[in-house]
Amino acid sequence: MNASSAVATRGASVTPEPSGTAARLIYRHTLPIRIMHWINVIALTLMLFSGLQIFNAHPYLYWGNRSDQGTAWLAMDAHQDAAGNLVGTTRIGQHQVNSTGVLGVSKGSDGTPVARGFPSWLTVPSAGWLAMGRRWHFFFAWVFVLNGLCYISYSIARRHLQRDMWPTRADWRGIGRSILDHIRFRHPHGAEALRYNILQRLAYLTVIFIFGVGIVLMGLAMSPRMDAVLSPLVEAVGGRQSARSIHFIVAWAFVAFVLIHVFEVLISGVFNQLRGMITGYYKVDAVVPEPVEPAVPADPVVAEPAPIAEDPRHE
Amino acid sequence: MSDRRSFLRMAGMGAVGILLAGCDRISQSGLGTRVLGSAEGLNRRVQALLSPSSAMAKEYSEADISPVFHPNGTTMPGTPAYQALMANQFRDYKLQVDGLVSRPAMLSIADLKALDDRTQITRHDCVEGWSAIGKWRGTLLSAVLDHVGVSPQAAFVVFHCFDEMDVDTPYYESVDIREARHPQTLLAFELNDQPLPVPNGAPLRLRLGRQLGYKQAKYISRIELVSSFEDIGDGKGGYWEDQGYEWYAGI
Repeated sequence: MNASSAVATRGASVTPEPSGTAARLIYRHTLPIRIMHWINVIALTLMLFSGLQIFNAHPYLYWGNRSDQGTAWLAMDAHQDAAGNLVGTTRIGQHQVNSTGVLGVSKGSDGTPVARGFPSWLTVPSAGWLAMGRRWHFFFAWVFVLNGLCYISYSIARRHLQRDMWPTRADWRGIGRSILDHIRFRHPHGAEALRYNILQRLAYLTVIFIFGVGIVLMGLAMSPRMDAVLSPLVEAVGGRQSARSIHFIVAWAFVAFVLIHVFEVLISGVFNQLRGMITGYYKVDAVVPEPVEPAVPADPVVAEPAPIAEDPRHE
Repeated sequence: MSDRRSFLRMAGMGAVGILLAGCDRISQSGLGTRVLGSAEGLNRRVQALLSPSSAMAKEYSEADISPVFHPNGTTMPGTPAYQALMANQFRDYKLQVDGLVSRPAMLSIADLKALDDRTQITRHDCVEGWSAIGKWRGTLLSAVLDHVGVSPQAAFVVFHCFDEMDVDTPYYESVDIREARHPQTLLAFELNDQPLPVPNGAPLRLRLGRQLGYKQAKYISRIELVSSFEDIGDGKGGYWEDQGYEWYAGI
């Protein structure tokens, strides 16, 4: 770890602003967290794209154990219209829409329409190639799982999880205000910005422990070898085809989380946030850099900067 | 504002385009496919640890059986040898068992029925993603192996099939001896209490409880025990394996 920079920032190096208001650069994200964050970005991206490639081999989803014809709850199909043009349709339950160009039928590598679930610009590899899609998917599944296990162990060991993510009673009491702040796109800029708000905490915990754990378990539930020992789990979710459906839905829940996450980064100071997750340093407007005694005494042997949430609350 | 938005959109699409083009290049390269394919060994070893080789696939009830057991891949082998056998309802069919065995044999379906058999209702999972449930009756592959006597050097059981996937490219598959001796590994001759239909692999097909559909060879003509499958086909242990699919099909 870059202990030297960590030590340097403990004294909260003050960068004077031209306006006269002081701003502090705080060492917010430790190096392991930053590395694991960006590994996760790569792994999730490639698993999504290769996952859609695998989905395209049978672009239908079912509930239960079997995939009997006509029982899919989601279907992407292609058929020819009277003029001989390929028409792509997407059906969810009873609702069917013409999705030509994107779902069901989209342009192949030579520009002519081909029948395929998701389009080539959303799959890895871009051409229909199930065997290679599986290679990408399983390789990055291991990256995702090992990275995720490292992240959870590190976060527990460094009390990142307990201190920064587990909601306190005060957090729960502030949930109404936090929701209003989010709706108004209002973000704190002072030291309060360093502390994860209640919605952030709930979002991170949900993504890590429900989406992350869930998508891995549903992936394993599709493995016939693992099902020899996991069949109680498979049957609990309704069957192997249900597991495949849930795996697909959670993948899109991850996408929804990432879209919201990136949106929040964009509106809360994209440069500062990116610097925080790349170099570790995050700037806060130090209105009154009051050194209050920490509510919980900091671990004296830590060579790292104390996690930010340890800062006294300013409420 | 719309200029800026379209610029951002183009930049975003450009980034995705570069990413996907890079992935395509990796997919085409020998090193890239080897590195990505390294997950197969990890999957095989870790799954064997988590799900022991003796673990049994779930068996379902009669009520769970698929109304139609979807036949995939070849549904009617066109080779003259197969057509001749089919014309006579497979009465002249004999399974050839040879290779690293002490007593090579030619076994009719009646001979196979005389060995230990088993009936199981198991789920079939295709690599494409779909599943079907069927009731299979067949001879335990372990009983056939005991009947012919397996040499100690034998490591794999190779299944040679009647169906040609391409010119001079017959379908074949292979499993290791441990998988071959699993109690749910059958040479099936019945599906849902009927003689195995042609689209599903008549007269004899492989059933494995815990691997994907492409491992479950249909239209088996010959079983060969080998120490290595390097000299068969393109050397990857199966027709689909030669096309880039994993030999270990447990996931």
